[in-house]
Amino acid sequence: MPSRLLRQLRVPILAVLTASLAVLALVLSACGGESPTATPAVDPPPTPPPQVAPAPLASPTAEQLGGGSPQRFLQVFEQGRAASAFRPTAEFAAAARPLPDGEKLKVGIIFSGSQRDLGWNQAAAAGADYVEQTLPGVEIIRAENIPETAEVQEVAEQMIRDGATIVIPTSFGYSGPIKAIIGKHPEVMFLHLGDLEIFENYGSFFANIWQLEYAAGRAAGTATETGKLGFIAAFPIPSSLLNINAFHLGAQSVNPDVETTVIMTNAWCDPGKQVTAVKTMTDAGVDVLTLQQDCTKTVIEAAERAGVWVTGFHYDASAAAPQQWITGATWNWGPVMAQVIHDIRSGVYQTSAKFAGIEAGWAKLAPFGSQVPENIRQLVLDTVQGLRDGRISPFTGPIYDQNNELRIPPGEVPTEAYLQGIDWLAQGIIGRTN
Amino acid sequence: MSVFWLVISGTLTGAVGPGISVLYAVYGELITERAGRINLGMEGCLLVGACFGFIATAETGSAGLGVLAALTAGGLLAAIHACLVINRDTSQIAAGLALTLFAGGVTAYAGRDYVDSIITGLNPIAIPGLAAIPVLGEALFRQDILAYVSYALGPILWFTLQYTRWGLSLRAVGESAAVAFAAGRNPALLQWTAIVLGGALAGIGGAQLSVGLTHTWSEGMTAGRGFIAVALVIFGLWSPLRGMLGALLFGGAVGLQLQLQALGAPVSPFLLDMLPYLLTLAVLAVWTGAASRAMPEGLKGILRTG
Repeated sequence: MPSRLLRQLRVPILAVLTASLAVLALVLSACGGESPTATPAVDPPPTPPPQVAPAPLASPTAEQLGGGSPQRFLQVFEQGRAASAFRPTAEFAAAARPLPDGEKLKVGIIFSGSQRDLGWNQAAAAGADYVEQTLPGVEIIRAENIPETAEVQEVAEQMIRDGATIVIPTSFGYSGPIKAIIGKHPEVMFLHLGDLEIFENYGSFFANIWQLEYAAGRAAGTATETGKLGFIAAFPIPSSLLNINAFHLGAQSVNPDVETTVIMTNAWCDPGKQVTAVKTMTDAGVDVLTLQQDCTKTVIEAAERAGVWVTGFHYDASAAAPQQWITGATWNWGPVMAQVIHDIRSGVYQTSAKFAGIEAGWAKLAPFGSQVPENIRQLVLDTVQGLRDGRISPFTGPIYDQNNELRIPPGEVPTEAYLQGIDWLAQGIIGRTN
Repeated sequence: MSVFWLVISGTLTGAVGPGISVLYAVYGELITERAGRINLGMEGCLLVGACFGFIATAETGSAGLGVLAALTAGGLLAAIHACLVINRDTSQIAAGLALTLFAGGVTAYAGRDYVDSIITGLNPIAIPGLAAIPVLGEALFRQDILAYVSYALGPILWFTLQYTRWGLSLRAVGESAAVAFAAGRNPALLQWTAIVLGGALAGIGGAQLSVGLTHTWSEGMTAGRGFIAVALVIFGLWSPLRGMLGALLFGGAVGLQLQLQALGAPVSPFLLDMLPYLLTLAVLAVWTGAASRAMPEGLKGILRTG
């Protein structure tokens, strides 16, 4: 027993030993100086603007942008700068200062689930991978499975202690706890995915993935035989309601009588509930499913087993449903994250909440499943092209809500800000918003 | 199908979906408590069962080995509890909660490479004849093997506790360890057996969730179902058959709230989501008197305040 205990304690003992040695060395070195109080503290010189710009980031190619235009991609950043009321990062951010030789810029990325969830977190992790591969001198510190509570504050603080000068809390619910600590760290840049409220050191960016939900909806509306579609969502937050509406409007555009049933699981990832929701849907006659859950594998596999079509979300999960996968709406965070980090480091980033869609390559279509008929593939590709060049505008009025109330008047095109705050569901959707 | 039958089938779907893993945990906790001990580490046992059951299935391709691994993992975790509370005489409440937290950490770490693994797992087997019964057959008799085993386990457990020598001894220890000892029983051994067996059962429940129902491992996927099981044992007044009813009611409430959403019922999904927990609380509040009479004497020191 004592030896086992010792073995277990070995690591802490080593850590304590190392720590005490370090403290000892520190004390000794301080004593070794002439006189610690003799030299008065001198104000540090004002931070010089970065002298050597880091290696410029080559603009991503159209292929990396999933077919989006590189010009449109860069335009979003120009417009973000022009619209920003904040100072450029050169004036305040630690990340914009030149680093000592051999040191890397540390970026902390926090995930609410597993980086292999075939969903939201894996999509964000793929973005982090892209940054590591394309930006020289950047080191990513990752923390996964962090709840949307005060715990995320502790994780962010720890990352900052470890030298991170940019922190990216990726989950929706991180916004509250993180905004409570940004004041304590005015030199650290925080980047949230999707928050509409921003501060000098708290910016955000988000892809208009709903455009691809519209395209997927068209595929679903064409594929359904029962006229019943199912959407398994987590919470009735605006970004989910927007995707549900887009999916349904897409289906309605090719199949006017189609009905979309919505189930909220009240959890970002509860596989037990997800499977039950799938069963409930298929029992009710739903024959095309889609979802907005953080982890997507369970629902997509369950759809495969139930033999109903499924369209994915967040990440390409076609491997989980070789027969039943149609396509999916996926994020393309890599180029966006790399560009923002590059801009912060070069001192030109000015905080803004940026939104862009498939035209700029911020989101991209997942591959088609092997069993998808040619007419559906063509329809989806045409729709994506139409959305890209602006020929198709899904939310142009008249659009009525579930209670037959006119929400968007005929001919009107709502702003992106309106869409991101949407709080109603369109006619033909069964489900609730609260 | 009419709305009525949809509601019924939705409830049943939930009852035998998320309900089965809870049911195993209920059986496990029930055996533990009948022996006069309480294990709040049930959530942990479910979790290690789900995790290691899934890992073993993914690695070997055999769901049977997966269930075996789950059973072992649940039993081993419970053995830690047994050692702590029986041999070291630590607080049962603290030990159980610590085990659950420990299991959360261990499984998050061990399972992280398996989150995207695709397994064949356990699949529904339709029972000829019975599966053809409308609504009921579809929900109850088109399930995986572990669900069928759980149907049978309730009555078996009831019989064992009620009529076998071992069951009698176990109950005697739960009522009064000293009297049982005087009668020539070995209380420590019986309690050890009960706790380990209880953990192993919860481990199987975990495997049902990961290898059977969802074919998925995901961190924290048991979502508090082990704690619900502890409450349901009290709800069932320490009877396996009433415990069965409790677990099915809990699962049924989950299924019902999803079904009501799908039907577009004018109730908030947030409110509906509280339904299973409200139901459990209501029963606990209403049945206090009966609960106090049915409670094994050995538990009264831990569970009763007055």
